[in-house]
Amino acid sequence: MDVDVSLLARIQFAFTVAFHIIFPSFTIGLAAFIATLLVRWRITGEPHIYSLAKFWTKIFAVSFAMGVVSGIVLSYQFGTNWSKFSVVVGPVIGPLIGYEVLTAFFLEATFLGILLFGWNRVHPNIHVGAAILVAFGTSLSAFWILAANSWMHTPCEFIFDAAGKVTSQVCGHVMENGKAIPTDWWRIIFNPSFPYRFSHMFTAAYLTTSLVVMAVGARYLIARRFEREAQTMLRMGLGMVILLAPLQMVIGHEHGVNTLKYQPAKIAAMEGHWDGKHPADLVLFALPNKETERNDYELRLPIPGLASFIVTSRFDGLFPGLSDFKKEDRPPLIPVFLSFRVMVGLGLLMIAVGVVGAWLWVRGQLFTARWYLWPAQFLWPTGFIAILAGWWVTETGRQPWIVSGILRTADALSPVGFYAVLTSLILFVIVYAIVFSMGVLYINKLILKGPIGAAIDVDPSVPSRPLSAAASAARSALKAPPAKFSPGE
Amino acid sequence: MADPFSIQVLIDAAFSGNPELWVPLVWAGLLATAVALYVILDGFDLGIGILFPWMPAEDDRDVMMNSVAPFWDGNETWLILGGGGLFVAFPLAYGIIMPAVYLPLIIMLLALVFRGVAFEFRWVAKPKHAFWDYAFAWGSIVASFCQGVILGEVLLGLPVKDGEFAGGALDWLEPFPLFTGLAVVLGYGLLGATWLIMKTEGEVATAARRYAKPLLLAVLGAMVVISVWTPFAIPRVWDRWFTLPNLFYLAPIPILSAVAAFICWRGLAGRAELSPFFAAIALFMLGFLGLVVSNAPYMVPPSISVWDAAAPLKSQMFLLVGTVVLLPFILGYTAFSYYAFRGKVRHGEGYH
Ligand code: HDD
Ligand code: HEM
Ligand code: HEM
Repeated sequence: MDVDVSLLARIQFAFTVAFHIIFPSFTIGLAAFIATLLVRWRITGEPHIYSLAKFWTKIFAVSFAMGVVSGIVLSYQFGTNWSKFSVVVGPVIGPLIGYEVLTAFFLEATFLGILLFGWNRVHPNIHVGAAILVAFGTSLSAFWILAANSWMHTPCEFIFDAAGKVTSQVCGHVMENGKAIPTDWWRIIFNPSFPYRFSHMFTAAYLTTSLVVMAVGARYLIARRFEREAQTMLRMGLGMVILLAPLQMVIGHEHGVNTLKYQPAKIAAMEGHWDGKHPADLVLFALPNKETERNDYELRLPIPGLASFIVTSRFDGLFPGLSDFKKEDRPPLIPVFLSFRVMVGLGLLMIAVGVVGAWLWVRGQLFTARWYLWPAQFLWPTGFIAILAGWWVTETGRQPWIVSGILRTADALSPVGFYAVLTSLILFVIVYAIVFSMGVLYINKLILKGPIGAAIDVDPSVPSRPLSAAASAARSALKAPPAKFSPGE
Repeated sequence: MADPFSIQVLIDAAFSGNPELWVPLVWAGLLATAVALYVILDGFDLGIGILFPWMPAEDDRDVMMNSVAPFWDGNETWLILGGGGLFVAFPLAYGIIMPAVYLPLIIMLLALVFRGVAFEFRWVAKPKHAFWDYAFAWGSIVASFCQGVILGEVLLGLPVKDGEFAGGALDWLEPFPLFTGLAVVLGYGLLGATWLIMKTEGEVATAARRYAKPLLLAVLGAMVVISVWTPFAIPRVWDRWFTLPNLFYLAPIPILSAVAAFICWRGLAGRAELSPFFAAIALFMLGFLGLVVSNAPYMVPPSISVWDAAAPLKSQMFLLVGTVVLLPFILGYTAFSYYAFRGKVRHGEGYH
């Protein structure tokens, strides 16, 4: 097996999947946010909610387009770069992705058209319905792809004896002629890590969107533009952060406890824990060194056994250390260890943002505390970075396996030549760099423009906007919903 | 070598009652349907981009793009279903074809990236959108060309050893795949032009009608060339078509194609707005049927049949059940979306 091709193919996959996940992370939450806004508008008729929905829909459209095109690329990467993977575990992974296409992709793609172009074309109720279906479609999509991904991490359920040793395992598949043949779909979908991974990723997506919404609201408030809309954004975004950030920590913790049972080497790498015969302290920073089998530049919290407590609920609890695993069975250490700290660090930051924000909110100072709003406008990337870091932990931590215990990454490769992969990798990097930077630029352009397309000023006390004649015309147009069903001429 | 898979053998397999025999055939049929739907739906959609360079006015381009903008994502989903379906039902074929067509496939995907984001970027970029006009046009042209190249390469047959692709990265650089690439660009251009005749009015529709006629002639020419080229280049295809009694069974395909071409031409020459589009679709479907007939039951000509490539029955059945239940819904709401956006597209419409 040609090592160079293998490395290039991995870099290419990691690059394209990491590029892709940025957009779902945002669109899953944003679709739900837009649907919520539209439902609220249908109930209360508040014009500024309508203009908010319209505003975010434009941003949604740009992000969704990037999500779609990068996703189409990915769906073919399994074949082009991991054709052995397709042959060995295709019988299991394939149908899951097939269901994703049938239940989720068609739904979101079709109703996206109605959501984007249906404002004056279909009855408002159908339009709101389309928004809900798009949001539902994105969630279903996450459901199926995470089932597939979780199965790659934990294909079988382990049965433990009292001492915590694995005595046997129950799988939803059998291996025949070197292929994984499915026998029990329920077990495959609801595999041991799926509930944790799904809820952790789903919460992550909502959290990311909330932070973006909140940051944009803060940005407008600082600039004293669109204050009415900005206040709504800040309240809705912050409200979600207050709820979800602590929840995310709890889910993440449970996720880790579950991982200890199934992928102990990964947990050892995350904690930078070498010696399994002693309890582990919490390591804040280090560079794990695989030659000397210890951590360089280590910085510990001076609470003995804290990591043991987090992982096993006991300060003197023991869990396997890296030295307990053969060298070839250990994941790459530094990426897992450091990315984990990035994710958790950002998670703690989000909790802090929520707590401080809640305190300001209660005191009625949320919209005026510039010392809070000013940094808050730069929070928007935090969710994305935490998500990328989290995936880096999970996926790199699974190495050297591509499917735990079934297929090693090095054996999963396609018979594609070095130069073919190199060419395509270079092309991907160039094209994605162009598309991504332009996309970010355009989203910023939309944000600078703000929710004016549908600007309807209801609060005359907000001075910064003129247009009251146009506004009242628009308002009366809104009160009479567009003609039912018929295409607005 | 005698054909181990005569038409009779295929029919017997389909009605054998043995799921190991008929389920793969059903899947092959479903895949063919998905690809056919893709070719029609994304065909006119890509065709709009192919015609872009010949319609320079900004207003006209706005209308052209808006005529497909609500649908393009749904249309492209059929491509995912095609690729995904191959992955699910015939993983062996997937694992052979994808590496074989690696470069044209990746270039196609990247071209689709450019034209896909252009639908949104072009509007937001205004008035500095010239780059995205090019991206949309060239993305569409290159993606269509690559699809044709992939088709041509697979039709010629892929060398396989030990269940793996055993050819080179540049095998597609041959006259036949390059020709089919060109043919697909022309064909999608025709679909796009006839779509515009149906969905627009004024200057755009008139220009589309003007371009549709030479495109139709070129497509017919290409179909004739391919129909002559393949049987002479590939004996298996010759035997399939030009032996008795096959010749009689299959004669309706070329005859109906001629009828469809005639209807299309009549519609273009007159004032008809619907018949050119639907006749062009019929022409495409008959051409596609012809290719299926030439190659059934091979998944990877000339060695891997649908049965060789089939996934375990358990996998095929699991998704088949869902497909049978879900496909009607998908077709239903797709139809609803086309219904919601029926009628002519006018200047100044859209949400941007
Ligand atoms: C947690 C969620 C999640 C994850 C882990 C992935 N995706 Fe994704 N994907 C989505 C969530 C999503 C999404 C929310 O459904 C889309 C729709 C538009 C968008 O921005 O993301 C999407 C779009 C999307 C599309 C285009 C669908 C369309 O036309 O509407 C394809 C083909 C894929 N994805 C394929 C993949 C593959 C092969 C992945 C794994 C390697 C993958 N996605 C990871
Ligand atoms: C949900 C479906 C996913 C599937 C099926 C999947 C599958 C894979 C596969 C096949 C590899 C190649 C093996 C390797 O080189 O390590 C891989 C690696 C990787 N994936 Fe995923 N992945 C998924 C989601 C993600 C997401 C959403 C991310 C987000 C960033 C991600 C990040 C990575 C990274 C960084 C690697 C490289 C790891 C390494 O090279 O050590 N994966 N994954
Ligand atoms: C604050 C405390 C957090 C803890 C304790 C935590 C814990 C974990 C653990 C243990 C994993 C690895 C799962 C595995 O074994 O493979 C993980 C993965 C992940 N984390 Fe976190 N996490 C936290 C915060 C966050 C935040 C704030 C985000 C994003 C907004 C996030 C996003 C992710 C993602 C996307 C993954 C990869 C997918 C998965 O395996 O679920 N996490 N997290």
